[in-house]
Amino acid sequence: MKAGHRLVLFAASALGIAWVYCAGALNMPAWGQYRGPYGDAIAHLAVYQRHATDTVNAVTYDYRGFDTLGEEFILFSAVTGVMLLLRPEPGRPEAKKGKSSGNPASFRDRATLSETVQVFTTAIFGFSVIFGIYMATHGQLTPGGGFQGGVILAAAPMLLYIAENTDAFRRIVSHPLVEFLEGTGAAGYALIGVAGLAMGTAFLTNVIPLGTTGDVFSSGTIAAISACVGVEVAAGFTLVIFEYLREILSREKNEEP
Amino acid sequence: MSFPADYPYFVAAWILLCGLYGIVRSRHLVHMVISLTVVQSSTYVLLLAIGFRRAAYAPVFAGLPVGARVVDPIVQALMLTDVVVETTVVALLLAMVVKAHEKGGTTSPDDLRFLRG
Repeated sequence: MKAGHRLVLFAASALGIAWVYCAGALNMPAWGQYRGPYGDAIAHLAVYQRHATDTVNAVTYDYRGFDTLGEEFILFSAVTGVMLLLRPEPGRPEAKKGKSSGNPASFRDRATLSETVQVFTTAIFGFSVIFGIYMATHGQLTPGGGFQGGVILAAAPMLLYIAENTDAFRRIVSHPLVEFLEGTGAAGYALIGVAGLAMGTAFLTNVIPLGTTGDVFSSGTIAAISACVGVEVAAGFTLVIFEYLREILSREKNEEP
Repeated sequence: MSFPADYPYFVAAWILLCGLYGIVRSRHLVHMVISLTVVQSSTYVLLLAIGFRRAAYAPVFAGLPVGARVVDPIVQALMLTDVVVETTVVALLLAMVVKAHEKGGTTSPDDLRFLRG
């Protein structure tokens, strides 16, 4: 299909989408005038029912826990897919090089990295690990939770990479424990759900004692699932980062004369 | 419902169409994947616009009396998980791009005709 034809087709479809969308949007309540009722009901019940002060996470890990389990497994299978696609192939043919403009993979050319950057990036490493753990374990109280905490934790090894502390970086991201943790995080979520079944109620029922509202160890399975998700996300992102860097580094090696 | 007062709904539509235009006109697979994330971000704008409420607090009752006027926590929960999941899906798509370049030597969506099901 020629680019011109494609553009005409797109313009027609875009007009159609815009027309249907506007027809729908014009009948929505005015912006800023949300009128519930589900959001209000949950916002006012979650604190009593689940002893969780962050109602967003009460929805994510409890009221909507089954959907989040599905999303967690999307993440899990996407990470698995990346690992499968980028796995080192024994005796793979030299990567066909198209007319690559420049060499984007030359990470080692950055001889200009100042010592200040190196020192501070390494110093921030500890801070981001603590902050990630804090985020993942306090999701039931304040904004945060497993997804956010996991991403912060996975960013910590990247700081080491930026600081060119490559040995430590490699030791962390290529550790066999990372793969184990990724599976454990995903399985932990499902097992917490099964615990409800074992105790004679529905899947993913909040069966752990709820504790005192405002306490770190409160809100029952919300905190537990949040921690599992944190482990899963942190390990999954680390695996993705590792696979991409291995791909880049192997290319670099191939391109060296 | 009128145009200037309710612009966030139309911002979402605009971002959606921008992303679709990017996909249609894409000449590079990486560009196409990033355009897809633009399409996806339009859903975040739409969801948050639906749940927004004027003069209301964030739905976190740490230091906020229960019964206070808050925005809708459900739409926030819907997009919260998606932000992270989307990133890994993008990583998967980019891995496919890497493989397409490796096997076919091309990164243009138009030159992927060597693909056979």
